[in-house]
Amino acid sequence: MMTRPATELLASASSLEEAKRLFAAGADALCIGDQNFALRPAGHFDRTAIREAVALAKEYQGRIYIAVNALMHQQQLEELPDYLAFLQEIGVDAIIFGDPSVLMTARQVAPDLKLHWNTETTSTNYHTVNFWAKKGARRALLARELSLEDVLDVKRHTAIEIQAQVHGATCIFHSRRELVSNYLRHEGKEGANGPLVLQEHNRENQFYPIFEDGFGTHIISDEDLCMIEHLPTLLEAGIDSLYIEGLLKPVEYNEAVVALYRRAIDELVANPGAAIDPNWRGELESIQPQGRPLGTGFYFKAQIY
Amino acid sequence: MAIVKKPELLAPAGNLEKLKFAVLYGADAVYIGGQRFGLRSKAGNFTYEDMQEGVAFAHEHGAKVFVAANIIAHNGDFEGMDEYFRTLQEIGIDAVIVADPAIIEVCKSAAPGLEIHLSTQASTTNWQAVQFWAEEGIERVVLAREVSMEEIREIKKRVDVEIEAFIHGAMCISYSGRCVLSNHMTNRDANRGGCAQSCRWKYDLQEEFEDELLVHDETFTMSSKDLCLIENIPDMIEAGVESLKIEGRMKTIHYVATVVGTYRKVIDAYCADPENFVFKEEYMDEMLKAANRPLTKAFFEHKPTEDDQIFGIPPKMRKYEFAALVLDYDEATGLATIEQRSPFAVGQDVEFFGPKRENFAQTVEQLWDADGNEVTTAPHPQQILKIKVQHPVKPYDMMRKGC
Repeated sequence: MMTRPATELLASASSLEEAKRLFAAGADALCIGDQNFALRPAGHFDRTAIREAVALAKEYQGRIYIAVNALMHQQQLEELPDYLAFLQEIGVDAIIFGDPSVLMTARQVAPDLKLHWNTETTSTNYHTVNFWAKKGARRALLARELSLEDVLDVKRHTAIEIQAQVHGATCIFHSRRELVSNYLRHEGKEGANGPLVLQEHNRENQFYPIFEDGFGTHIISDEDLCMIEHLPTLLEAGIDSLYIEGLLKPVEYNEAVVALYRRAIDELVANPGAAIDPNWRGELESIQPQGRPLGTGFYFKAQIY
Repeated sequence: MAIVKKPELLAPAGNLEKLKFAVLYGADAVYIGGQRFGLRSKAGNFTYEDMQEGVAFAHEHGAKVFVAANIIAHNGDFEGMDEYFRTLQEIGIDAVIVADPAIIEVCKSAAPGLEIHLSTQASTTNWQAVQFWAEEGIERVVLAREVSMEEIREIKKRVDVEIEAFIHGAMCISYSGRCVLSNHMTNRDANRGGCAQSCRWKYDLQEEFEDELLVHDETFTMSSKDLCLIENIPDMIEAGVESLKIEGRMKTIHYVATVVGTYRKVIDAYCADPENFVFKEEYMDEMLKAANRPLTKAFFEHKPTEDDQIFGIPPKMRKYEFAALVLDYDEATGLATIEQRSPFAVGQDVEFFGPKRENFAQTVEQLWDADGNEVTTAPHPQQILKIKVQHPVKPYDMMRKGC
């Protein structure tokens, strides 16, 4: 087997079945989570499933990261020590945390767990990355609201691993409130039947998926990130992990996306300086769900404030 | 028995004038924004000179001044930051409110004497997270607005660090800091002061069902009613919360004075005699006079329901306006000298209120301009007038009118 490039290709998985197919398609690592501790996991993995996922990863020489990145409230706090001890015991490759309570608990009951720091919208500069590095984080997941220049600058100024998202949906809003249920109750309805999207009154062709879970309400971007054409820059800069978010997508889609990025990364690493294959973007566009354009998010967009 | 350790009443001050009113109406501390690193790029933020004057005024009255520097920074935002915190320390600012750990570090090294409070933007929701920040040397943690009274009690019980909790004002409907709707819809960075409040806009909720897109009839909105915990101040005091915070650096002087004055009365009345404290209807009436939106207790007792949100057209609140400021009062004649703040006329019903005093309502009976001529209207901004008042008033009392 050919040695894989140093850059990690990481994806989310919603089930063991998907995990298997994504490893087979070329993912180096997968991110999964228990819906009681993870923010917006693609699917729910209970302890049995996590154990099996870890075993599966071994077959593929891959890695499993467990998202424990919710903003914790009292109830989760009580269950956290046992859960983290379990994750350490079965040998997951890392956990992803945002709330300092997870760090505090891990220090006490699972000091060997490797920690990846992720506070979603608020991981935005290298000083903060280095702060969490001092607290024990081995990797930082950067906010999707950063420019590519900022991402590269963070990488240049930190010793820990940097993970950046290259494909898929991003969460743009998280409320603890049950905004969908509240609205439906106000309307006098029992519940909704199908997936829901929001459309702002002045934005005709932009559809923002919205859903509720145990942590409240989440709104998702109206387009999917797609950085396939900018992989050379990311690879050259040594970004350690490139993430494909599979949330709200069918397994077939995620499988095809992982396979394509695998192929692209391998080719670009084998032939540094080679041009981008113009078909890559086209292949991704051809499988894109209707109404969800591909875009580059904030990587090339200036924001004002 | 009276409660000796009263909580601090912390009020917003959008500018120097609001700072003075907040302090005079009973705030133990105010928080302001400077020219940089704050989350209200459009608020009347303080220059260093304003800060100096504000600090002098507040300290003279035994009140503290905090500066919010609670952006979530990008790599390029750190230039000049150390200088900024050093200057705040020199000016005598009592504490800074910070959300980003990197900014905490800059502040610690540049201005080691400056007290640091962790902003609500850090979404601190549990006692272990509070403990983490306490161990980092943070003097005070401002809790997330998503915690319940029970969770606040648990935090106070378990961690020895000052706790600040919101008691009043408008709220993000998201976890603070975890919303980038504004970034996505307008390119304005919410976490660096540019929030366009996209959450208050109108949306359609569409449902994909059997390959069709159904649109729900009523407009989908994500607007929360405004927080008001005036009835629950005793719970907060009993839990030992050190600081009770009012939101609203963009709000009017009338709002600040009314809300601060009323919370001051409730805190003082309860602490003076907890056993015999009775919540008066007039406290809530005052809240409604200042309210821009209907009121809610948000997460205080339980997770908010549809009753805690505003759907459709926001209900019209009875609006009151700041009509005039009392400058002076002559006991012999019963005449007050006032400065006009919005037009009013003879025959109009008005109400006088002031720091630590009972309100009284009256009709405007007689008015004179600065030259002593009797007039029937007060149309000019900052016009000086004399008015016949039915009870004694004091400088800084306010005259409000319904509108």
